Amino acid sequence: MSHDAQHAGHAPTSKPAQKVVETGKLMSGSEMLLECLAREGVDVFFGYPGGVTIPFYDALVDHHIRHVLVRHEENACFAAEGYSKATGKVGVCCATSGPGATNLVTGLVDAMMDSIPIVAITGQVHSKLIGSDAFQEADTFGITRPATKHNFMVKTVAELPQIIHEAFYIAASGRPGPVLVDIPKDVFQAKGHYTPVDTIHLPGYKVFTEGHTGQIRRAAQLVLEAERPLVYAGGGIVLGNASAELTEFVDAAEAPTVCTLMGLGGLSADHPNYISMPGMHGSYAANMAMTDCDLLIALGTRFDDRVTGQLQTFARGARVIHVDIDPAEVGKNRNPDIPIVGDVKRVLQKMTKVLHELKPEFGHVKDAARAAWRKQVRGWMDEHPYDRVHSDEVIRPQHLMDEIDRVSGGEAIVCSDVGQHQMWAAQLIRFNQPRLWINSGGLGSMGFGVPSAMGAQMACPDKLVFAICGDGGFQMSIPELATIASQGLPVKIICMNNGYLGMVRQWQTLFYNNRLSAVKLDCFPEAELLANAYGFKGRTIDKPWQLAEALATAIADPGPYLLNVMVSPYENVYPMVPAGASIFEMVLGEKPQPVAVA
Amino acid sequence: MLQTISILLENKPGALLRVTGVLSARGYNIETLTVAKTIDPELSRMTITVAVDDRLRGQVVKQMNKLINVLQATDLTDAPGVIREMVLLRVRCAQESRTAVLKEAEIFHARVVDSSIEGFALEATGLPEKLDEFIDVMGSYGEIEISRSGSVAMSLETKKLRLQPPVPMSLSQHGVPQAV
Repeated sequence: MSHDAQHAGHAPTSKPAQKVVETGKLMSGSEMLLECLAREGVDVFFGYPGGVTIPFYDALVDHHIRHVLVRHEENACFAAEGYSKATGKVGVCCATSGPGATNLVTGLVDAMMDSIPIVAITGQVHSKLIGSDAFQEADTFGITRPATKHNFMVKTVAELPQIIHEAFYIAASGRPGPVLVDIPKDVFQAKGHYTPVDTIHLPGYKVFTEGHTGQIRRAAQLVLEAERPLVYAGGGIVLGNASAELTEFVDAAEAPTVCTLMGLGGLSADHPNYISMPGMHGSYAANMAMTDCDLLIALGTRFDDRVTGQLQTFARGARVIHVDIDPAEVGKNRNPDIPIVGDVKRVLQKMTKVLHELKPEFGHVKDAARAAWRKQVRGWMDEHPYDRVHSDEVIRPQHLMDEIDRVSGGEAIVCSDVGQHQMWAAQLIRFNQPRLWINSGGLGSMGFGVPSAMGAQMACPDKLVFAICGDGGFQMSIPELATIASQGLPVKIICMNNGYLGMVRQWQTLFYNNRLSAVKLDCFPEAELLANAYGFKGRTIDKPWQLAEALATAIADPGPYLLNVMVSPYENVYPMVPAGASIFEMVLGEKPQPVAVA
Repeated sequence: MLQTISILLENKPGALLRVTGVLSARGYNIETLTVAKTIDPELSRMTITVAVDDRLRGQVVKQMNKLINVLQATDLTDAPGVIREMVLLRVRCAQESRTAVLKEAEIFHARVVDSSIEGFALEATGLPEKLDEFIDVMGSYGEIEISRSGSVAMSLETKKLRLQPPVPMSLSQHGVPQAV
């Protein structure tokens, strides 16, 4: 491959004759794969074996890398995501050909949507059988092409090490994402000479990290000129390990800040400039600040429809600075005044430096306007805070999250499933650091909570890890209770049980005349018996006064714990921006009160 | 108006599907697509014409540029460039119109590639719109059959090709974003 800019495509590559140096250690494809995984620092991976991966699992017997046998391949990928989100490392999962690989697909798309670095290894039928509709054959390479950042099919054992390292590099660099490597059975079995890979060469893989210096300077100027600046921080802050840089920037810019669902913990919840999450179920203050700011500083975020509501009216009076590592996100939904393509960590370091340099020039002219803006934001926060009201008779979902927030104190890892509980948890549980809040944001995959908690607990054995699920998502994850039990993972599973698929029920109530259709979950296993069946403890509670004590008991237990919390069944998540509405048109409570903005 | 995109990509299995996937995933139907290897046999040059909504034109090119196998994707719709297409056309015509057919072919700079009692096989290249006319004219002489190549485009600007240099393994390890 030519990588000389002047010659590519115009002149044949003058390549030195490839000498096949067979000096490396002779080993099987399976052994090479393990060697490469070890070199990438993999200490644990999640998988499920099958016919064509037997040679690989055979080699695993003699290797130090730990394998966690999950009970369904989808959960192998979710667990790898949980592991990756908690640590920042690449998560690894493995499945066999055919059904094993197709079961991974939801997890891969989930990782794609939330930009989680995952390497998925799948077995493939013997090379000679590919295309013959062999037993457990599926076109994994074709199926997962749109589900991954990139995918590979390995043809020979000789190219295996290079491909594995390329996979890790692609997964972790730039905008992270899942990469799948499909390996035929005979490649696992074939012997080859292993020489460690020393360089990765992907000429077409363009990663922009530094950001344009001139644009960064102009952005800093806009920040200093603004009267009502707002920082809109997304998942890129967490993925890019830019939390410290964000905090320094927010301090220097003295700007109120919202963190999106994916960015929670990017700025500590107890930071004086932190407002809360914006968007469909964001706070009144966050959405009003988005609407009324005169400068929106979007950092590692993609103007998702769940955040912006109707685009035409979103932050319509604001100039926009957009920093993102993915050039395709900049200008996709909103045309920024200052686009900056780069690694948000590097860009923020530079921008904060320029801010400090320029500050003396600007003096204190904007001080009064800034003070008024902060007062305004504070006013919105006081005017309509999140609903944390407790009841004496029933456990309100908000009460449950409030209680988890209290015991966590901003420190616990919270892995959430998808639905109403996810929104209440995101609203009410504080995160003082990044990588504590783990959820399926973009794809919204139910069944994510328990397996991702498994992965997070595996990565952080000494941390308190909650899996917060609804009774719907929990029932998608029941098989993994076996994994949790067998691995002895002390995950605290909190099932917020309202007997409904609550979020769908909420939409049916609000937008379909309360005609409830296929949302009643009228059978749920007895939690204590279920947990006992797997050899750990469980309990069901339904009274508000039991909550604090039950949570304390669950946490004090050294093993896994299933706490099934019966909550009031008809609660809806508020505020709510109806789909397609502007974000200032929030429904704030049971009696619809659209907020009019002049 | 059709968008013309020129793509330099690695000549690898699946690379074509990744590029077309960017369009099919958004529900766009490809009008023409040509692809062949370049002077460097490890690379291919592809030309796609496709009717993309104006507001998404930039987005699809950016998405193509993100693909690992794509070295460069360029929108040639409004850029200085040449676009040509080739058509092979078989016309069955009556004995008395043979001379007229040849005369028309000459007007379009078409070449005769086969001649039989039934008619001719002709080869013409030119702008796609010109070929539309050629096909219409030939159709008036009798039954025709055609095979078009689709547009082949070339930019007349020298656009700098940004390529990623090799990265040493020590920097590529996960958790360490490389600096470029």
